[in-house]
Amino acid sequence: MILMNNQIIKLAGLAIACAVISACDTDFDNPVGDKASSSGTADFSTFVTIGDSLTAGYADSALYLSGQESSYPSVLAAQFAKAGGGSFAQPLVSDNLGGLLFGGNPNPDFDNRLVLDAETESPEPIAGTPTTEVIGSGLNGMTFNNMGVPGAKSFHLAAPNYGDAAGLAGGTANPYFVRFASAAATTMIADAATQQPSFYVMWIGNNDVLSYATSGGIGADSCNPLVVICGSNDITDPVAFAGVYAGLVGAFTAANPDVKGVLVNIPDVSTIPHFTTVPYNPVPLDQATADALNSNPNYIAYNGGLQSAVGAVPGFTQEEADARTISFVAGQNAVVIDDESLTDLTGLGLPSMRQATAEDFIVLPAGAYIGTEDQNSVGTTPPAGLPWGIGTPLADSDVLIPSEILVINTARLAYNATIEAAADADDNLIFFDVAAIMETLSTEGIDYGTGFVGNTYVTGGAFSLDGVHPTARGYAVIANGMIDTINADFDASILRVDPGASTTVFFK
Amino acid sequence: MKKIILITVGMCVASSAFSGGYRVALQGQKALGMGHTGVAMTDSSEVVFFNPAGMVFLKNDMDISGGVTLIDSVTKYQNQSTNTAAETDNPIGTPISFYLSTKYNEKISYGVGIYTPYGNTVEWPTDWAGSHLVNNIELAAVYIQPTISYKFNDQYSVGFGPTYVIGSVDFNRNLSTSLVDENGDRSNVTIKGSGIDAWGYNIGFLAKPSEQFSVGVSYRSKVDMKARGESADFQNIPSSLQTTFPDTTFDANLVLPAELTLGISYNLNADTVLAFDFNRAFWGAYESLDVQFYNGAGLSSNPRNYKDANIYRFGVQHKLDDVMTIRGGIYFDESPIQDGYFAPETPRNDSIGFTAGASYYVTKNLELDASFLYLTFDEFNGSYDYYDQSGTIISFSGDYKSTVMAIGFGLNYKY
Repeated sequence: MILMNNQIIKLAGLAIACAVISACDTDFDNPVGDKASSSGTADFSTFVTIGDSLTAGYADSALYLSGQESSYPSVLAAQFAKAGGGSFAQPLVSDNLGGLLFGGNPNPDFDNRLVLDAETESPEPIAGTPTTEVIGSGLNGMTFNNMGVPGAKSFHLAAPNYGDAAGLAGGTANPYFVRFASAAATTMIADAATQQPSFYVMWIGNNDVLSYATSGGIGADSCNPLVVICGSNDITDPVAFAGVYAGLVGAFTAANPDVKGVLVNIPDVSTIPHFTTVPYNPVPLDQATADALNSNPNYIAYNGGLQSAVGAVPGFTQEEADARTISFVAGQNAVVIDDESLTDLTGLGLPSMRQATAEDFIVLPAGAYIGTEDQNSVGTTPPAGLPWGIGTPLADSDVLIPSEILVINTARLAYNATIEAAADADDNLIFFDVAAIMETLSTEGIDYGTGFVGNTYVTGGAFSLDGVHPTARGYAVIANGMIDTINADFDASILRVDPGASTTVFFK
Repeated sequence: MKKIILITVGMCVASSAFSGGYRVALQGQKALGMGHTGVAMTDSSEVVFFNPAGMVFLKNDMDISGGVTLIDSVTKYQNQSTNTAAETDNPIGTPISFYLSTKYNEKISYGVGIYTPYGNTVEWPTDWAGSHLVNNIELAAVYIQPTISYKFNDQYSVGFGPTYVIGSVDFNRNLSTSLVDENGDRSNVTIKGSGIDAWGYNIGFLAKPSEQFSVGVSYRSKVDMKARGESADFQNIPSSLQTTFPDTTFDANLVLPAELTLGISYNLNADTVLAFDFNRAFWGAYESLDVQFYNGAGLSSNPRNYKDANIYRFGVQHKLDDVMTIRGGIYFDESPIQDGYFAPETPRNDSIGFTAGASYYVTKNLELDASFLYLTFDEFNGSYDYYDQSGTIISFSGDYKSTVMAIGFGLNYKY
């Protein structure tokens, strides 16, 4: 029995010893804080990014301080810093409002960032007087690692005097580049290349199609900026794009033959909330209102005129007449839109209008005035008693019709082929398919482990209130995608970030 | 008849959860030394909690014991995919217990117990990755249990005590994974309530078939804590949402589950006792943490879907001499949390507890008790998959690693 007691004491002692030993074991087997970062075959010592608003960190219709700090280049640079990356200078604006001053004067075209007013359910610029000066910002004469300039198209990167204050009035300069161009005559690509980057990311070409798209397809279907002066909403000719793009890539290589880099493609406009938020049939009607609209003499005359025109007008088919016939029912109704691609019957007094289908994209701002007699985005009001989309067709600028979408995608796919080919042609360059990420956001969304983002306007979390640019969280998701690609292609191990730590939309 | 001593105990009930769910198994210094066994032990007034039937088998006319435990608990979180890491900064918990048992006559004893078997204090860094689930929480419940015990004969006894429970809650979390005001400050809500009371009971049965052998059964009933009209304070609400989320009141129910314990103790010899307890905690009653707000937040439904869970406890006590007794124990605590319901406000997976303890007679009547607990949890990958944000289910997952250490001191006075 004494022996047994001793055994029990030994057992008790053992239990205590176990406790004491395992007391040290209070951490994870593989703490994330101990993960090592490495640059693999890349060299992040001098990291430069070049591009447009998406590279600048633009969001909520403005470039503001916290947006810049959350830009994908800024996120990448912070992660690169753990793998030999150097300092990363951004041309930071002066405040979190985002509006620009031109010689001390605000400009309504460069207003403060949007915040969402939950009561009116619409975004509006945040109150406050901006302090970011465009002319004489104090940033000129130096270079910045983040060469993202909102509004820049591919050919602007190589355009001299794009940062020349003297060109602002004539529209040949961009105020965002005027702020920090090293010299009036410089180009964006020159300011980038002169830093002799060891690593760069170039994401350019979005605006070459996007401004056409967000304007509702107002602009030329194709314009060669190397030959003529293109309108701001024109689609850049893909052949011209390819030439410009090769020059941009070449400029980096010329500055540093060993440079490595990431070339980023252009997402599909149909994946951004600007085009996916307002449905084609947003108008709820009861039977009485539908009947009243159907008995509107204008529509009766129009519908009758269409039928009479069949056979009378060459090329005008019964099919088109039926497709253009305006008809309202109880329930959800398609908006009436202007469609310049229809057979021109204006000689018969029949406007080029029809009701939208699921193939049409209504732009985000139109959601605010469909069914009202408010000013539309180009500042016009409908005739009294004939609200937008119901009594009066939505303007051309409010809708992307299938023919316009086709033009956009044709150009975009040509650009993307150019971008991917440029990456394939150079062992030092890799291709990042951001379009695939945007596609995923617009379909199933992305679960990043601690949260979820999708492309639904406001609630999805990936897109800011302008409906085009990501939120800080969306930019973090993009940065993670880029990190994955860099890790895979350069045999690096750069740590991903937590998108959940970044903001989404701001409420008023 | 002995005089009933007026009980004045300073309440300091903040304590960390470290048993399955928010159960805090630290209800006696002697018992804790032996792996928190005790349903078949009859050596101190701790039996008021462990098995009221045991009171009548206490040797002395009066047995008072009280103690305080200092608990240090830490939970670490990390997510391998986002490289996020966070660690709780919980205050030291100090649950207190107090028991008194006195003989009315040879067949009847009566007394009272005050103890804190449920509680939860978890403080994550504000706005951490799981802040939409919890920033910080403090739950506390004090049980007051007047108790009577009756001995049929030298072999069998029963005991019963109604429990009056007073609870409080203080819980803060962010309103969603994303809502901020125009300055980017996260919108959050604090719900706070105190003096929430409810009734339950504790009943036990004890058999001593031989000098060496005791068998006990005890059952502590479920207690439904109902907070009604307590305060809900909404902070950092954007101005355009002020009318949607004004400060308001809330209603919520929290169940403190029933617990059944079967146990045996065996006197190996005059100096050595072995004990084994089997606990079954009826956590299945904790289906959902529903908070009804009386503003635009409406009903916040947080499924928990716990399952009943078992704990296996082993303890040994050895009397070294007339003044010194030492104890050791181990227990295996199953988590009541099912896959996909692992929420960071009660981050507890299966655990193993190692315990040790000692008692020392300062005088003939006064014994000093001390206990030590080290509770170790395996590294665990868990997720909470039932957070619904405007119709989208948002899953929160990661690795968790918890450790708990507790040191307790107590006095046991007998005459």
